[in-house]
Order: sequence, then C-alpha cells, then structure tokens
Amino acid sequence: MAEEKNIQVQEGQKQEVVESEAERTRAKPAFIPRVDIYETNDAVALIADMPGVDENSVDITLEKNVLTINGYVEPERPEGYSLAYAEYRVGDYQRSFTLSSEIDQENIEAKMKDGVLHLHLPKAEPTTKKIAVQSA
Amino acid sequence: MLQYPFRRTGSSWLEMERLRREMNRLFSGMASEAEAGVTTGYPAMNVWANEDGAIVTAELPGVAPEEMDISVVEDTLTVSGSREPVELEEGEVYHRRERGCGKFTRSFRLPFQIAADQVEAVFKKGVLQISLPRSEEDKPKKISVKSS
Repeated sequence: MAEEKNIQVQEGQKQEVVESEAERTRAKPAFIPRVDIYETNDAVALIADMPGVDENSVDITLEKNVLTINGYVEPERPEGYSLAYAEYRVGDYQRSFTLSSEIDQENIEAKMKDGVLHLHLPKAEPTTKKIAVQSA
Repeated sequence: MLQYPFRRTGSSWLEMERLRREMNRLFSGMASEAEAGVTTGYPAMNVWANEDGAIVTAELPGVAPEEMDISVVEDTLTVSGSREPVELEEGEVYHRRERGCGKFTRSFRLPFQIAADQVEAVFKKGVLQISLPRSEEDKPKKISVKSS
C-alpha cells in the first residue's frame, strides 16, 4: 500500500488536510484521520480514528485502485452555551490510499464503532502467472 | 528601483500569522475554535459554558465506555481510561501505526463548584460529552433592590 501524500503525525493534534489542486466546497476544515494498517496472510486491515462520524456519515469509494475515505461531521453546538475554551477543532475527515491490485475489490467490508472505522480488504487470488525459465 | 520587503509567497507570512494568533490567544483570553490547537494533554477538551454550568467535550475514538472513568471533586473533573492496542496474530505485520494506545488521565479545573450528583456523561460516535451543572450554593445570589 502506498500513499499519495506524505504525512507527519504530531502527537495529540489533528492533522489538517493541505489543499493540493482542488479546493473543498465545504467551509469546514478537513482532517487526516490517523490509521493503523496491518497485513494478514489473506487480507489487509485498515483502522481509522474518526470521532464524530457514524456509519451513516462515512463514504468509502474505490476508483482505479485509489481508496478514498470521507467522514462527514456535523459540529454539535450545545444550545444556550458558548464556547469558553477550545483545544481541538471539529471537522470532516479525508484520506486516500493507493491499493495494490491484489485486493479483492468486490469483498471489502467496512464497519464503524465508537468513532473508529474498521476496513477489511481481502487479498485476491493471484492472477499473475509465473513463467518458468528453462535452461537450454 | 522598487523593492518589496515581503514577497507574496514565502514562509515569513505564515510565521507572522502564527505569531498573531499566539498573541491574540494570550491577550484576549477568549476562545475561538478556529484558533484551537494548543493541547496540554490527552484527550483534548473543549469547554462550553453558560451561567448554570458547563459542557465538556472530548474526542475518544475507540475507547470503550466501560473503560472510562469520570470523577468530579469540588471544581475538578477527571477523565481517565485506556485504549487497548490491536493484538496481532502470528504472521501479521504492521504497515502503518499512527493510532496511539494505552492509559490516559486528564484533570480539568472549572471556575465553579460542580453539582456532582447531577453530572451526566454521554458517549456517542467516539465523542464524550459531560454536562457539569454548577452547584446551587455556588451560583451568584440575585439581590433585589427595594424602593423605600
């Protein structure tokens, strides 16, 4: 798995998405969710922290091997209260990964729990053929 | 020949902007979500307030509610808990590991006495929201002025 952008993870802080070419249409900030990615014998698993996102507000698309995760957050403002002190910002989440072609793209599973996205990307049966070279 | 002291692009503007924000934050004492980012511990907290109390919110993705411990003593709120690491089985390897795990604890002092028996906490979509009403004894007394 390779990634499109270089990301530096800062301890304790959300990393904001840096606009490259196209600007976002939503005025809210967008953050890069932190992920764990690990590989098992038959699958690749991706876990992403997206607090404020539930199963209805997450969008996962796969186009030409590029997996894009979008999480939309509706900021909650308690009625009758005003913000007195802020340490973190609320916004959407956005991150893309380039998948290697050996992922079985039809059987990707996703679930969302407590603001964490779990993606299961099963590996496809190898389709490449090895050609044996014979000595003459 | 005309020379511009600042170019349109370049890091000096960014540095100035950062400095401006920092100064504003120091002098105004006012909070603005857009200028948040100075984190003093985990989890980061936002505080919403009015005359009757405060609502504290914190992002705790993946922390099970039963692993969380919230306590209130006088004017101090303490949130602690832990997030378990993902246990890999044999043959599984990490490609990326950015999510933190382990134990955390954070105390937060509010500018009023909390009515501890009325504190409510809700955990939804990985966001913890604690409402902390101000205790009745601590509320300012309204004094009515009588005309003689």
